[in-house]
Amino acid sequence: MGRFHRHADGTVHEHGDHSAYATGPERVTVLERIFGENDVAAEANRAAFDAHGIRCINVMSSPGAGKTAVLAHTLRYLQQRGVRTGVVEGDIETSLDADRLAGLGAQVSLLNTGAGFGGECHLDAPMVARAVSALDLDTLDLVIVENVGNLVCPAEFDVGAHDSVMVYAITEGEDKPLKYPVMFRAVGVVLVNKMDLLPHLDFDLDLFLRNLARVNPAARVHQVSARTGAGLDDWHAWLVRDRVADGG
Amino acid sequence: MHELSLCRSIYGIVDRARGDRPVEVVHLQIGQLRQVVPQTLAYCWDVITAETPLAGSRLDVDHVPVVLDCACGARTTVGEELVLTCAACDGADVTLRTGEELMVTAVDLTATVPAGSGDAISRDG
Repeated sequence: MGRFHRHADGTVHEHGDHSAYATGPERVTVLERIFGENDVAAEANRAAFDAHGIRCINVMSSPGAGKTAVLAHTLRYLQQRGVRTGVVEGDIETSLDADRLAGLGAQVSLLNTGAGFGGECHLDAPMVARAVSALDLDTLDLVIVENVGNLVCPAEFDVGAHDSVMVYAITEGEDKPLKYPVMFRAVGVVLVNKMDLLPHLDFDLDLFLRNLARVNPAARVHQVSARTGAGLDDWHAWLVRDRVADGG
Repeated sequence: MHELSLCRSIYGIVDRARGDRPVEVVHLQIGQLRQVVPQTLAYCWDVITAETPLAGSRLDVDHVPVVLDCACGARTTVGEELVLTCAACDGADVTLRTGEELMVTAVDLTATVPAGSGDAISRDG
């Protein structure tokens, strides 16, 4: 008598040894992208922005590079220019960054990622969708997403922005583009911040720019100082260029 | 720690694919550029699946290296250090051929024996 068993699909196989388990595992092909759901949500966010004629910018950096300090200048500029701006502020536990941006004319929607499972290190598209639902899109021209400070995880998640921008501080050293190529490749613009500290550091700006070009030759670079405000004009001009073209 | 988010997404995909059957192994394809830490991923999977129907299942990861095609015609397989320039000409005008994969490719389900035929169908000698 042979040793055989019947599978759920009706097929019957013979096996040499049947003592260890009743039947062998069955492999089911899946082939599903792990971030498929996030990408669908990101497209929905982008479609919502497009429907309202809103440009959305995703700003990323490591902790302490100066995202919030740069944004404080930028919001002041946008307020003067009459560009109606919403900010999605990603922060793990606090409202400290949102507090720093209060009073600059923007609608701020705070997203504490700590409310999720384990305190997320990034914003994903569904989180941004929740935060955006607290903004009045009918009254906005621009939405800036201030992502969680981190050079790895935020680069993985499309949040539905039209452009991604990185704030990089020269105190972080020249080698980071080579160590975090995914992040440096994910952005179209790099704001090289804390340039006012250049005389006090051993930072080799040319080496940094060469390293950046090795991973992202197309990146647009602005050398800025959020402390003095130097260099921010070009960044601001880029930020509102479509508005200028529209006359809006 | 995007591994935690990854595991949550993987859980959703696997839970849909399995029907109501127990899962033994989840097969993943993960490109080197995704910067996933295998030990962290395995740990997060245990955390995410604890006290769920997927508890006890394990991840089997096919790590895909970064392969670049350069405008000069050369092909580069990138090593452990993620230097994304051509090994032949040092150029940065490269196209990613592989390395960005992030996919659940298959699941191994514990085969179920039709009701009422469990032991009866296994006839040894």
